[in-house]
Amino acid sequence: MAKVLMKGNEAVGAAAIKAGCRYFFGYPITPSSEIPEYMAKAMPEVGGVFLQAESEIAAINMVYGAGGAGARVMTASSSPGISLKQEGITYCAGAEVPCVIVNMMRGGPGLGSIQPGQADYYQSTRGGGNGDYRTLCYAPASIQEIVDYVMLAFDKADYYRNPVLVIADGMIGQMMEAVEFKDREKIELPPKDWATTGTGGKRKPNKVNSLYLQAEQLEIHNKRLQQKYKEMEENEVLYEAYGLEDAEVVCVAYGTTSRIVKSAMKLAEEKGIKTGIIRPITVWPFPYDVFKEIGPKAKGILAVEMSGGQIVDDVKIGIEGRLPVYFNGTTGGMVPTPGSILASIEKIAGGTK
Amino acid sequence: MAIVYEKSKGLTDTPFHYCPGCTHGIIHKLVAESLVELGVLGEAIGVAPVGCSVLAYEYFNCDMQEAAHGRAPAVATGIKRVHPDKVVFAYQGDGDLASIGTAEVVHAAHRGEKITTIFVNNAIYGMTGGQMAPTTLVGQRSTTSPFGRDEAHCGKPIRIAEMLATIDGAKFVERVAVNSPANVRKAKKAIKRAFECQLAGKGFAIVEVLSTCPTNWGFTPVKALEWLKDNMIPYYPLGNFRDFEEEK
Ligand SMILES: Cc1ncc(C[n+]2csc(CCOP(=O)(O)OP(=O)(O)O)c2C)c(N)n1
Ligand code: SF4
Repeated sequence: MAKVLMKGNEAVGAAAIKAGCRYFFGYPITPSSEIPEYMAKAMPEVGGVFLQAESEIAAINMVYGAGGAGARVMTASSSPGISLKQEGITYCAGAEVPCVIVNMMRGGPGLGSIQPGQADYYQSTRGGGNGDYRTLCYAPASIQEIVDYVMLAFDKADYYRNPVLVIADGMIGQMMEAVEFKDREKIELPPKDWATTGTGGKRKPNKVNSLYLQAEQLEIHNKRLQQKYKEMEENEVLYEAYGLEDAEVVCVAYGTTSRIVKSAMKLAEEKGIKTGIIRPITVWPFPYDVFKEIGPKAKGILAVEMSGGQIVDDVKIGIEGRLPVYFNGTTGGMVPTPGSILASIEKIAGGTK
Repeated sequence: MAIVYEKSKGLTDTPFHYCPGCTHGIIHKLVAESLVELGVLGEAIGVAPVGCSVLAYEYFNCDMQEAAHGRAPAVATGIKRVHPDKVVFAYQGDGDLASIGTAEVVHAAHRGEKITTIFVNNAIYGMTGGQMAPTTLVGQRSTTSPFGRDEAHCGKPIRIAEMLATIDGAKFVERVAVNSPANVRKAKKAIKRAFECQLAGKGFAIVEVLSTCPTNWGFTPVKALEWLKDNMIPYYPLGNFRDFEEEK
């Protein structure tokens, strides 16, 4: 298929529909409002349903209903709206309802700002709702990756019967790039014989539920969920990495900041500093193992994020104390500059050669 | 021997966990019988609330989803939009519907969502041990209104049926009680009609059912029925507030 020019938020909608999503429930919020706007036009064209909910709480619970009823369903929002969805996300995880949730992150905490942010990393990777649950979480860095990973998210949600998050920052949502809707590898998916579709008087009732009043029963359920999360950790880690063997400084960043880091790495190279990068594409599960590939010349790791340093925790887990971890970040909707990242790289490398 | 009474096929064999004299069980039976009599049990998808009737998903003999506290109307909306040809109902208590989930039920009604809601008003939070509900009567004692509900402090009890009847999308609104055989028969009729409203594709339908909580009211089952009649019915008048055939 030919390439088309698309805005990030529109690409989210187009990719979802391409992946067979026919139900979208949402509530407007900057910088992700173009997603419901796109869906309002596009869903009727494919015989799907777009519904503007009265709140993000209602939207995610409509998602729970529709996903439980066997449909491919999505909701999208930005940070404060995603906070409201946490109740529904933990219910979806507990009742094993597949769905896709997109977060175009903005500055926080509270109402924060409408500019791009990455400060929902903890919420996205640690689970913002109650209980022991995990959600696969993709962090695309381009509009093409939005298309690819939103589509993949639906397959993974169905495969694992689990909510899947796609997080990007407002910058990616608003940016335009050329994208291609590639033919995808078909994943063998289990039938949704557990969904509430009406018994038709032909089978026992199906129950979509996260309540287990007997402690022993809940533990059995939870152990099975943990097993599923372990399987995701083993099979679903995605990342991009290069230059690790002879890097003096290894940068870690995802989404928009990874693109700025790559510009800074070119500037460092001009100054004779060898750098490498680890760019998580899944922020959960996090690519801890790739940190073992960092060579002996490395002097330190530089994490870059539009936050106060939330990703640093995972970088420290990955490097296991072998190297010092530094952080360069901006918050509140500010975007880091290549110059400032270069300055951090130079400092860690011990000055320009 | 002729069978004179049978448990409804709309209910599973799982024994109810409700307290002796609690009228949740009667209301379950009426819903189950209505689904069977309308021939739609196999097409039914129910939504259970958080509250004493949380285990409704074990009792109704049809597909069920268990919703978060108050969110049943949103969950039912999601299901109905996916399966517009199925019969979708929500069963909710008064803490669930009239407090934490007020936004969800008002907007489901406002959208004219083609779902049927059974709203059980027992003037108290049963499951959590008898705290004040938005429907608790003025002067009524509860664990969080130990001196009786004080209007100056927390307002008067909310009348859901009257409120929802002001919304255009609500096509069937009726308040019934299950305190006497005659009222139980009327309740059954209303519940059945609320499902017919959905089957006719008219819009949102709700039946508010005045129900007892002998355990948390601190009465015997018989005394609880009397208390309902003497105290709840005067404040929550029974009757139909909206019927879909009235609208031409
Ligand atoms: C978000 C949330 N808040 C609070 C609770 C605790 N809770 C469980 S049931 C309930 C009240 C239920 O009362 P009602 O809806 O009147 O139903 P009843 O038990 O009287 O039938 C509350 C507050 C909860 N489970 N979830
Ligand atoms: S606590 Fe009240 S509402 Fe709950 S089962 Fe017992 S009597 Fe019924």
